[in-house]
Amino acid sequence: MIEAPDLSLAALAPLLFVFGAACVGVLVEAFAPRESRHPVQVAVALVGTLGGLVSSLLLAGERQVTAGGALAVDGAAVFLQATIAGLGALSLLLFAERSLDPARSAFVAAAAVPAGSPRDRELITAPRVQTEVYPLATFAIGGMMLFVAANDLLVMFVALEVLSLPLYLISGLARRRRLLSQEAAVKYFLLGAFASAFFLYGLALVYGATGSIRLSAIREASAGEAGGGVLLVLGLALLVVGLMFKASVAPFHAWTPDVYQGAPTPVTAFMAACTKVAAFGAILRLLYVAFGTDEWTWRPLVYGIAIVSMVVGAVLGLTQTDLKRMLAYSSIAHAGFLLTGVLGYGSGADGTGSGLGATMFYLLAYGLTTIGAFAVLTLVRDGDGEATHLSKWAGLGRRSPLTAAVMALFLLALAGIPLTSGFTGKFAVFRAAIDDGAWPLVVVALLASAVAAFFYVRVIVLMYFSEPAVDGPTVGVPGLPTTLVLAVTVTATVVLGVVPGAVLDLAQQAAIFVG
Amino acid sequence: MDTAPADGLITSAWLLIALPLAGAAVLLLGGRRTDRWGHLLGTGTVVAAFVLGLLCTLQLDGRRLDVDLFTFVATGSLDVQAGLLFDPLSAVFVLLITGVGALIHVYSIGYMAHDPRRRRFFAYLNLFVAAMLLLVLGDNFVALYVGWEGVGLASYLLIAFWHERPSAATAAKKAFIMNRVGDVGLALAIFLMFAQLGTVSYDGVFGAVGTLAGGTVTAIGLLLLLGACGKSGQFPLQAWLPDAMEGPTPVSALIHAATMVTAGVYLIARCAPVYDATPTARAAVLAVGAITLMIGAIAGCAQDDIKKVLAYSTVSQIGYMFLAVGLGPVGYVAGLAHLLTHGFFKAGLFLGAGSVMHAMDDDVDMRRFGGLASRMKVTFVTFGLGYLALIGFPFLSGFYTKDAIIEAAFDRGDGWGYLLGGIAILAAGLTAFYMTRLMLMTFFGRPRWEPGVHPHESPSVMTAPMVLLAVGSVLAGFLLVVAFPLEEWLTPVFGEPEAAEHVVAPLVVSILVTVVMALGVLTAWLFVGRREVPVTAPVRVSPVTRAARRALYADAVNESLFMRPGQWLTRALVFVDNRGVDGAVNGLAATLGGSSSRLGRTQTGFVRSYALSMLGGAVVVAGALLAVTAG
Repeated sequence: MIEAPDLSLAALAPLLFVFGAACVGVLVEAFAPRESRHPVQVAVALVGTLGGLVSSLLLAGERQVTAGGALAVDGAAVFLQATIAGLGALSLLLFAERSLDPARSAFVAAAAVPAGSPRDRELITAPRVQTEVYPLATFAIGGMMLFVAANDLLVMFVALEVLSLPLYLISGLARRRRLLSQEAAVKYFLLGAFASAFFLYGLALVYGATGSIRLSAIREASAGEAGGGVLLVLGLALLVVGLMFKASVAPFHAWTPDVYQGAPTPVTAFMAACTKVAAFGAILRLLYVAFGTDEWTWRPLVYGIAIVSMVVGAVLGLTQTDLKRMLAYSSIAHAGFLLTGVLGYGSGADGTGSGLGATMFYLLAYGLTTIGAFAVLTLVRDGDGEATHLSKWAGLGRRSPLTAAVMALFLLALAGIPLTSGFTGKFAVFRAAIDDGAWPLVVVALLASAVAAFFYVRVIVLMYFSEPAVDGPTVGVPGLPTTLVLAVTVTATVVLGVVPGAVLDLAQQAAIFVG
Repeated sequence: MDTAPADGLITSAWLLIALPLAGAAVLLLGGRRTDRWGHLLGTGTVVAAFVLGLLCTLQLDGRRLDVDLFTFVATGSLDVQAGLLFDPLSAVFVLLITGVGALIHVYSIGYMAHDPRRRRFFAYLNLFVAAMLLLVLGDNFVALYVGWEGVGLASYLLIAFWHERPSAATAAKKAFIMNRVGDVGLALAIFLMFAQLGTVSYDGVFGAVGTLAGGTVTAIGLLLLLGACGKSGQFPLQAWLPDAMEGPTPVSALIHAATMVTAGVYLIARCAPVYDATPTARAAVLAVGAITLMIGAIAGCAQDDIKKVLAYSTVSQIGYMFLAVGLGPVGYVAGLAHLLTHGFFKAGLFLGAGSVMHAMDDDVDMRRFGGLASRMKVTFVTFGLGYLALIGFPFLSGFYTKDAIIEAAFDRGDGWGYLLGGIAILAAGLTAFYMTRLMLMTFFGRPRWEPGVHPHESPSVMTAPMVLLAVGSVLAGFLLVVAFPLEEWLTPVFGEPEAAEHVVAPLVVSILVTVVMALGVLTAWLFVGRREVPVTAPVRVSPVTRAARRALYADAVNESLFMRPGQWLTRALVFVDNRGVDGAVNGLAATLGGSSSRLGRTQTGFVRSYALSMLGGAVVVAGALLAVTAG
């Protein structure tokens, strides 16, 4: 007879809220009449994610392992769950924007219709709105929140798939430039499956080496067996590859620019913010809970990968002419900066983790800023949809000062200029890395920041110091959802830059793993 | 040298600074609304400060009082308490600044009556008074520095008050830049004190001077001297002061004669403990004073611009003061007494010159004056008294205080003493020459006025301050030296005066100085008074005159030694920046851009190559991890 595992429903509340909302969303899709579906779906998804946010905030200070040891509800898990739920809710608001595109939505009405067919041309102007994206995205959010709390490798893998599969799908749902979008989805799916295979194989090797999939058990087993043996090391390598792929860390980044560019912009915002949080949450937990004892084996590796990622992101970003691709390379460079914080884990005063707190703060700050930046991208449009080519943005500062100013703020934050959240985040992770003795890495990071600053500032220069193009894009007037997103992200970017103390403290207090 | 906490009225000594500062703030921020009564407010604040300063001084009773205000800078090891030091030395400066300042404010009401920007003028004057009071009242070097820069700013703003004139704008810039040279010296001196002693308060620094190495004290002394030279127009930084006469005449009287330019003397007197410990720096002070007093006197002899003559006279007289404070304890009181009397008669002379200019349609060329004595009786009499005081006419101010300096120089007793005394006596003769020349060219002889000029006496709002200052010029020397000796008043600061052993009897010195002075007057009469003054300056003159006209080529030296090399350096740096720095930056950018394009080729768009790159990455990761574990 199988014993029922002990479940702490309170500790699982955030997950239950989000997954519950996702399931309700499927039912709504099946039973609600088509006219009322959109508002109901938006409401259900927002209630689910905001419920997840609130319930995870209420869990602050919780430290337990539940669900038969499969889930860890600790400071880091709760902080990251709240971050994912909050950023997810903001992304869902972008999904729900209906006043920018003449066809009322960024998503294709019927994804199965072949691109370019007569039926497709008919649909492009039809006022039909697709609503499956909401439950799909909610499932992905749920998967991410499960991912950061997973205390064994199998749950982690399941969560990885739960978050990935809906993402593959919704990446292909762009209403405009459908072929590009579908290509992105297929690429993402193929490479994602490839990465999942790495993760799975790594899981198998670790199980083979230690006889357990529980992170804490792996820690004990690897500690007893000096060095861990070849199987364990190989298993760790493959697990890391699988996770770094999701975090779009170079050299596993190749999908990022193509998918970011092809996916509908709200989905890109969602991926850039939430997937990164989830992936780094899992990386931190895997490295510190399961492999924390022999960290010396993976430390030089993360060191090297961080450098590669920062350099590749910064250098390749220089020659991009498409804003979405540019932000994709920016995301790769930021993944490198985040890895410097991962390295600084043990540098806190009590030996636990200013690096962990700093990384979590960075994730929150970067997520908010990047969602805001992609939200601005959805505003600037021409006849063909969003005008993401750099040349279209020339002189935007004169034509639409507010939009340009908001974009400039986000770009400065991404570049890490003081008085923006980007500076605080970078300062925190670099500080943690220096405390841990990794100052050469920080030097490289600063040089990479300087290089990356070039392409951020180039956009600002273009917006303010170039003559507006004659056939330039128009700047749409955003509806309530996008306005709300911009208000929240602008405020957060400034507040976290000017008075970051409270949130930094919160992140540091939450920087605790159980296991 | 112990200080006590302030009591009574002196606890509110901060009001001395706050009053004029508030006046400046109201006038500057209030804008045009304050145009109608701004000048009255500006004058009122300074008069109030004078009254308060007088009451505080009466309560002082020879004590040194500390007024704690608040913590100014508290960063790690640098801790600067903002506090004021009200002692006999700062008290005399407070009275001089607010007293002469108040008179000049009153005078300016009339002098600037027709200027559309009169309110702004009074705002700047108030700002100056506040900064100058901070300079002399601060109890630490940082407060002194703030005041020092504040008076520099006010001086710049006021020299350039008529900035629509290119000459005024240039003069202001010149003054500002040359002052910067000195200010850097002062700042470095403060840095050095802080680095060596960890404190910048007067008490802290002076108390610990003895613990410093000799070289360090000398360095501090020389750097302070550099600062003093900049502010006081002393050699080698004297060239800005005559040009500063481009400012309105009340400014020349207040800032560039009576108060600000004496800040250097104050600094050296205040830092007496530093100079007591370093004979080298003290000798440098002496040298600066002696050289400057000769340069000023020689240049003053050949100027035709009435204000320039007075300006070179100021340079020369401050040289006397530097000479005095460079002599050490015997000279401090003499130097400061001369500073005070000079404040009276030089301010009076400038106000008189302003009155003359007022009458002559702002002309300053004495060759076009002449015969004004009968047209401007009050101006003539007050100016004449100032003149007599300056040249050291017996029993007027200058007689007492200048003689004291010359006596102190002889009292050194060695060959240098005789040399310095000789220089000082010679310069006294030159002073008599150039001032008599000025008097003769302005007030006597045949009128050489431009057509359309109708000289008239100035209004009483201008003549009243002149009269008061003339009274001061006559009496101040007697009061300060004989009736209420400054020496006794300053005893708490400089210690008990030593009973001087005179090498040359004071009476002999006085007679000698008076005779040389009379010779100077006589020479001037022979050269200028007897003959007709040509309206245009003669071109065929002796090399000496030519050199004196160009102030011994100070500007030429500055230009060839500093300005031209500076311009070359600028050009060279621009070249290096364009070719070298920009080249490196652009080259780096090109390299990065190139590698970006090359790296970008790996982004083929094919899933198969992406998958291959992932596989490669995974192999490297696994290999590296194995290598690290094995190794």
